[in-house]
Amino acid sequence: MKNTVELKDVCKSLGSKEVFRDLNLAIPAGIITAIVGESGSGKTTLLSLINGVGFADSGSTYVFGEPVTSENLLQTQRRIGYAVQGAGLFPHLTAEENISIVARSIGMNSDLIKKRVRVLLELVHLDQELLKNFPHALSGGQQQRVGLCRAMMLNPSLILLDEPFSSLDPITRKALHSEIIELQKATSVTIVIVTHDISEAMKLSQRIVVLKDGALIQEDSPENITSQPANQYVNDLLEAMS
Amino acid sequence: MNFLLWFFLLVQLSLVSFASDPIRVGSKNFNESYVLSEIVASLLESKGFEVERKFGLGGTLVCYEALLASEIDVYIEYTGTVQQAILKGSKSGSTLDEMNELLGEEISLLPPLGFNNTYAIAIDKDLAADLSIKTISDLGRFPLLKAGFSLEFLNREDGWPNLAKTYGLSQNVVGIEHGLAYRAIKNGSIKITDAYSTDGDLKKFELIILDDDKKFFPDYLAVPIIRNDISAEAIEILSQLRGKIDDETMRSMNAKAVVERLSFDMIARDFLSIDGEIKKTYKDESLWQNLIKNTITHIKLTSIALTAGIFFGLICGFFAYNRQRISGFVLYLSSLMQTVPSIALLALMIPIFGIGEIPAIVALFLYSVLPIVRNTITGLRSIDPVLKKVVVAIGLTERQQLSQVLIPLAMPTIIAGIKTAAVISIGTATLAAFIGAGGLGEPIVTGLALNDVNLILQGAVPAAILAILVEFLFSLLERLILKPHMRQALNLN
Repeated sequence: MKNTVELKDVCKSLGSKEVFRDLNLAIPAGIITAIVGESGSGKTTLLSLINGVGFADSGSTYVFGEPVTSENLLQTQRRIGYAVQGAGLFPHLTAEENISIVARSIGMNSDLIKKRVRVLLELVHLDQELLKNFPHALSGGQQQRVGLCRAMMLNPSLILLDEPFSSLDPITRKALHSEIIELQKATSVTIVIVTHDISEAMKLSQRIVVLKDGALIQEDSPENITSQPANQYVNDLLEAMS
Repeated sequence: MNFLLWFFLLVQLSLVSFASDPIRVGSKNFNESYVLSEIVASLLESKGFEVERKFGLGGTLVCYEALLASEIDVYIEYTGTVQQAILKGSKSGSTLDEMNELLGEEISLLPPLGFNNTYAIAIDKDLAADLSIKTISDLGRFPLLKAGFSLEFLNREDGWPNLAKTYGLSQNVVGIEHGLAYRAIKNGSIKITDAYSTDGDLKKFELIILDDDKKFFPDYLAVPIIRNDISAEAIEILSQLRGKIDDETMRSMNAKAVVERLSFDMIARDFLSIDGEIKKTYKDESLWQNLIKNTITHIKLTSIALTAGIFFGLICGFFAYNRQRISGFVLYLSSLMQTVPSIALLALMIPIFGIGEIPAIVALFLYSVLPIVRNTITGLRSIDPVLKKVVVAIGLTERQQLSQVLIPLAMPTIIAGIKTAAVISIGTATLAAFIGAGGLGEPIVTGLALNDVNLILQGAVPAAILAILVEFLFSLLERLILKPHMRQALNLN
């Protein structure tokens, strides 16, 4: 299986706090991988190493088979879609402007942008009419869908989702879960979703990575994790979901 | 870089404007100095010279520095001041020739005008009678009488410290602007102040001068102090003023200004025509003309300084906000700038930029930079960290991050900073009159010199209105730039 992301012997400290020591991790292409852990487990730091917001102190990070350097950083970032908790929409831009911000800044043709936005809206079941709205005039679910469209605008090879559903109500969350699964099946894009909720990971992903205090505890399919938890911690996590 | 080029251009322009070489007459910011300088200016004009008036400069140092820097060509100085404040009490400089020797090749004193305006100590007439105080020595018996002296008098060799030593005085002393001191005596907040012996106001405020029984105060003979590079003909004309003004003439001209409220121009022309030297060619600017002229200068000073301040402040802010150490340093430096008193900053500008509009603009520029830099840095730093993370992660260049997301989000804070800078500039620009830059400070400075509340208000009221107007305009601008839905999104309402 080809890997979209590979981390080899990665060490990373934030200030005086060591987050990762010799972390080795591979994220396979074409499936949804969930990174599960509590806050402080290092899951957000892991994402920032992948999308080049932060760099490792030592060890190497490969994305799309290449090490991430300052030269290829922008190119790499434009191939990675990124959606965050609360959608992280820019409040001074309309939904449409939020979705197309990077496309416009790299000089994509405006007709192409319009076409692409229309396709994306259909994919996430959003009404065209909402495009002219500013974020504050959208519901939480609509904002998150706009955020997903922004992540997918440049047809990325990898999508990073940082707790994207945690501030949504259960009904919206459920709808978005099935949309993500549908979308992944339709495009076979690689998706990494970071969550503290193992049940969400079970529903969405084909592969689960459990992190605790920066260490990789278990990495397996949801079925294997359920049947053979690696240790008491994973067991506790599973029991806590009901 | 652009800013430097632009600044250089301004300096060039100002040089060009001096190309026709008028004689530039300065004056200090008190009544008698205005009267005498107007006499000098009118006299030269009557002899066909072109004259530029730079009146109301803030004190001896500003005038003398301006003369040294060739920003003015002549003003009226006093021999005692030359000895004490300019030659720093040098013992050998007691005669005019000796002083001219010490002043060097560029500067000369011309023969005295006649009168002796020595420093004096003044107190209320009734109080003097009640306590039977006649001489400065008598003050020794009343150490509790509160004294208010001009800052210049408090700091001069022949001022309060040595006067107190000579007479053994121990009064409690406060610093007070000379123009306000007589008022302060009238309302009782001080009892003793420094005065000039030819002061036309003494009579009006019913003050008397105490006898200098120990002969402490040196002579203060009024003399034209000139740059030697003006034309010999002009020097010849000014020398003719020798001995023309005695104590009584000076006192009466001073009284005409402060008591009868005649204009300096009128007094000067009156004096000169009595001497039969010029025919009256009267031109006077009306209140409104003055108001408009001063307001335009004021707006010019502040808007040039503010534009430069915005330009420089924003660039500094954008450069420094995500560099912890540099932004700390920039903020520290600009706060330091803000603690320098405005009048001191203006005085510090003279050796570098001379007097007039340029040093005033530079000083105003330095003041306006702080709030702009500070608000730019704060505005950029206080953006939601999630948005900052997103803007970095989605693949925008640093410039695009700033222009498309970070600056628009920080805009409300940045505009608030610019607004603060604008209002501060308008207030501070009133002080620019002390270094001859004109503006609405001019009537304030002149009004202080004349004890004329009306004149002070002619500067203070429009300056206040201007500040309010600017505040209003910026609020309007905020509304235009920040659309309502955005204000709501940014939690501004």
